[in-house]
Amino acid sequence: MPTIAVDKAALFKELGREYTTEEFDELCFEFGIELDEDTTNSDRPIVNGQQEPPQLKIEIPANRYDMLCFEGIALNLNIFLGRKSYPNYKLVEPSNGELQTLIVKEDTTKIRPYVSGAVLRNFKFDQARYESFIALQDKLHQNLARQRTLVSIGTHDLDTIKGPFTYEALPPKDIRFVPLNQTQEMNGEELMAFYDKDRHLGKYLHIIRDSPVYPVIYDSNRVVCSLPPIINGDHSKITLDTKNIFIEITALDKTKLEIVNKIMVTMFSQYTSEPFTIEPIRIVSEHNGETRTVPDLSPRVTQAEVSYINQCCGLNLSPSEICNLLKKMSYNAKPSATSADLIDVDIPATRADVLHQCDIMEDVAIAYGFNSLPRAFPNISGTVAQPLPINKLSDILRVEAAMAGWSEVLPLILCSHDENFGWLNRKDDGNTAVKLANPKTLEFQVVRTSLLPGLLKTIRENKHHAVPIKIFEVSDVAFKDLSLERKSRNERHFAAAWYGKSSGFEVVHGLLDRVMAMLKTAFITGEEGLENPAVTDSQYWIEELDDPTYFPGHAANIHVRINGKDHVIGSFGILHPTVLEKYELKYPVSTVEFNLEVFL
Amino acid sequence: MASDMTTPILDALSASEAAILSSEAFPSTPSLSIKSALDRLASRSMVEYETIDKEVVVLTDEGEEIATNGSHEAKVFEAVVAALDGLKIGDLPGIVGKDNAKIGQGNAFKRGWIKKDKDVLRATTHSIVDETRELLLTVKRTQALDDQKAVTDLKRRKLIALQKVISFKISKGPKFAREFVKEETDLTAEMLANGSWKTAQLKPYNFKAKGALTPSGALHPLNKVRQEFRNIFFEMGFEEMPTNRFVETGFWNFDALFVPQQHPARDLQDTFYISDPAKADPPREDPLDDPHRLKSAQPASSKATTEKALDYKGYWDNVRQVHESGKYGSIGYRYPWSADESLRLVLRTHTTSVSTYVLHKLAANPRPARYFSIDRVFRNEAVDATHLAEFHQVEGVIADFGLTLGGLIGFMEVFFAKMGIHQLRFKPAYNPYTEPSMEIFGYHEGLGKWVEIGNSGMFRPEMLEPMGLPKDMRVYGWGLSLERPTMIKYGVSNIRELLGHKVDLNFVETNPAVRLEKD
Repeated sequence: MPTIAVDKAALFKELGREYTTEEFDELCFEFGIELDEDTTNSDRPIVNGQQEPPQLKIEIPANRYDMLCFEGIALNLNIFLGRKSYPNYKLVEPSNGELQTLIVKEDTTKIRPYVSGAVLRNFKFDQARYESFIALQDKLHQNLARQRTLVSIGTHDLDTIKGPFTYEALPPKDIRFVPLNQTQEMNGEELMAFYDKDRHLGKYLHIIRDSPVYPVIYDSNRVVCSLPPIINGDHSKITLDTKNIFIEITALDKTKLEIVNKIMVTMFSQYTSEPFTIEPIRIVSEHNGETRTVPDLSPRVTQAEVSYINQCCGLNLSPSEICNLLKKMSYNAKPSATSADLIDVDIPATRADVLHQCDIMEDVAIAYGFNSLPRAFPNISGTVAQPLPINKLSDILRVEAAMAGWSEVLPLILCSHDENFGWLNRKDDGNTAVKLANPKTLEFQVVRTSLLPGLLKTIRENKHHAVPIKIFEVSDVAFKDLSLERKSRNERHFAAAWYGKSSGFEVVHGLLDRVMAMLKTAFITGEEGLENPAVTDSQYWIEELDDPTYFPGHAANIHVRINGKDHVIGSFGILHPTVLEKYELKYPVSTVEFNLEVFL
Repeated sequence: MASDMTTPILDALSASEAAILSSEAFPSTPSLSIKSALDRLASRSMVEYETIDKEVVVLTDEGEEIATNGSHEAKVFEAVVAALDGLKIGDLPGIVGKDNAKIGQGNAFKRGWIKKDKDVLRATTHSIVDETRELLLTVKRTQALDDQKAVTDLKRRKLIALQKVISFKISKGPKFAREFVKEETDLTAEMLANGSWKTAQLKPYNFKAKGALTPSGALHPLNKVRQEFRNIFFEMGFEEMPTNRFVETGFWNFDALFVPQQHPARDLQDTFYISDPAKADPPREDPLDDPHRLKSAQPASSKATTEKALDYKGYWDNVRQVHESGKYGSIGYRYPWSADESLRLVLRTHTTSVSTYVLHKLAANPRPARYFSIDRVFRNEAVDATHLAEFHQVEGVIADFGLTLGGLIGFMEVFFAKMGIHQLRFKPAYNPYTEPSMEIFGYHEGLGKWVEIGNSGMFRPEMLEPMGLPKDMRVYGWGLSLERPTMIKYGVSNIRELLGHKVDLNFVETNPAVRLEKD
């Protein structure tokens, strides 16, 4: 969630009263934003010899792009508090009737096909407004625009440039200009090299760097306005004295393009000489049918069902009561003339988050107050509780192992490739493990195919513990399985490890015998013979196993026969000393691991 | 170890009417031996005793020598007297020794016993009193000296030393007897067999010590909390969902939940993508022999007794449309939806992917249902004290007709009361797949503040209707991590002390039983 820092005194002035931190926190809570921090009592940085004034740091839900700046927060809270009504944003054409025009060249489809924009006339900046203007662009770039990949904004002093403007895509070498706040003219290639290590801009270069053509906006005198999504030209830069602002926005995503345009112009149109007026511009884009006048600030007109809203909220409000509540959330709503169950709702241009009547319903509930809604335990429909069968089976083994004196551990499911294969003297055949594409560390390269790495790492981290250490885990591993929709499957395993001064081989063998007995599985070879002739459907036996994970001659496969069908479900043995060395273990270790699924 | 003093003490007591003093009765026995005998006798109430701490004055080796043979100055005086015609100074060390000569000569002058006459020493008196020796003899006799100035002086001269002496005043106890009966350490099978238990005296048990350590296995603390949550769900009629599926597709993990394909949660920064295997198939029916296929114990409702066949292709298309152009009364996100993105494999970032899968199954026969799961989820996060790349998500789902938001709040009050959280409040929040969305805050008595304890909401129609669930069926969903409430409840500050291989086994083995409603 984006966090917006606003000047505390200025916000409370806008809201018409002082709030204590607790009071303001409460207001935020009810509205659904979150007061992260009030810096009044913190050490605040000193900028230019002046201590920064107290700030409120407010977390905004990720879909409320209309609250990413001081102006938007103040406006929405004022409307919520009933102090203001939603502004009537007006598109006003220039007195000469000639709109600024932006002509789109077809080559732009190769790199960044969409463009939009607007003009703010007779604008009055001051320092705070200027900072908010820059900060909003930054927040939009970071959030909705996904680090400028989807949308990017350029703003210009219109009095330094002259339309009609063109949006083109040209080879990098052919674009020459002085970038913002630089003195040196450079071409597109030089610019990439120049900003390669730039802390701020470096991370955006990849968006266009390798493209044969770069997007660029020119004025009628071939002055470069901007090289989206990287940087504007220095020529048209905004200053505190700028009176007329030209906003151009380029994008890969048409929907987000217009959202950004609407947010930019509505938030700042209050600072024009006639507040809430915006001058539209003309986009000429014949090749893709995008010729139009922008922005479109008309509300989205829709209807919502009174019964649906009441039913979801558990309320019994009249249509006009619902409409009144919706006013607090910036809507303009009235009972429908055609149906008693409908209200006509104007969704303001800035509320891009409203997609369905469920969003309108939620706003009714917020305006009413979540914590004021009538509370009731939902009707009990006759549902039947039941555990997942494999979990029930796992719990039986977990409890048996703990009763037998073993301690349960809970290592991670992701591990390194070496831990899962090489360190256990196992080979990766390429068809076994699920591998991760983008782990941040080597610790997380594969989804484990065995519980052993986790057990051995747990012992490694617990060498201070008295020996013997006896631990177990019952949990899932995962395997590649190309026959399935998700190309992989989980498998529930049981595993245990002994760490002590002697090998503990018979001890883990004994644990295996114990859990098999608890699963009503009879041992069918060895001295004990067939102890319980009544148990005929489930049996197990072990066979010596030659496996590099284990010490030669001291390992066995576990075979089970269930309903006449034979399975090898796992193995146990003394771990090979080379395995111990990899896991930095000084004493012998014996382990047992088997697949539980056959016992389902 | 000195010999056993129990018998001598009992003998001495029986010979005496009054209490006895160990310093008098057993002056040469070390006090430690006496004390151990007394403790054994006292624990059986055979004797009572008081400890007497006393400081005594004793002679050093040099002091002992002076007490026996006289002081240095007395020796010098005697030598001078013995030489009838005066003693040459140079001869003195030869007669009394170097040390005596050096110290004794000065002291004898100071006391006016001798005088110097050219190079000879002559006595000035016939008889002297050797005070130093007298004082030391008193010390030797009484182990004390009243004159504090003398004590200081003699201590400085290293002739005496102060010593702490422990002695005991011993008297008969209520169970006094002449004989100390030999005690058995434990009741044995042999004693039962030969009947000696009737006369045997058992060594008294030490009720102040802990018993013998009992060897024990243990369940993991986090799993104990998990079991408490599972029990709460079972108590409330919930069926456990098949979350034994770590790998999901973009479709099930995101698209089906109406999470747009450009949503930040789908970033490489947040989600683990799978490189091998490379790509999933579009959604389809599970294999018939899959042992984990849902087998609900729930009887089919009277409303619809027959299961509809699920249309997976239709579901896929519905999801595409609701994102791309809108459907079911939603305008959608209006972006070009990519099938490839939907078929990317991911490690599930939440178990809500499984809830989605189960709700889609429910569309075959829509009826009231309650589902839950508690299982591992994966986030590609930087690891720190409160974040691991893996944690457990607790998730609950209720599907029914006519559910209200107040019902969700009312349900949460009962659910959280079962784990001892009685004050809740709800904050509007944003979540791509629930609307309304509510963050749940609980008042934490210990911390004295409101703590976020979970997220909840009603699933969006854009998520439910593409599945084929009826429009009037509403579905609550809520979730919380298993680790966070556990950390708050048990004061664990680092998640790595709770999950993973770095957890201390001693913590696992000594963690008490979990009783969420009480702790």
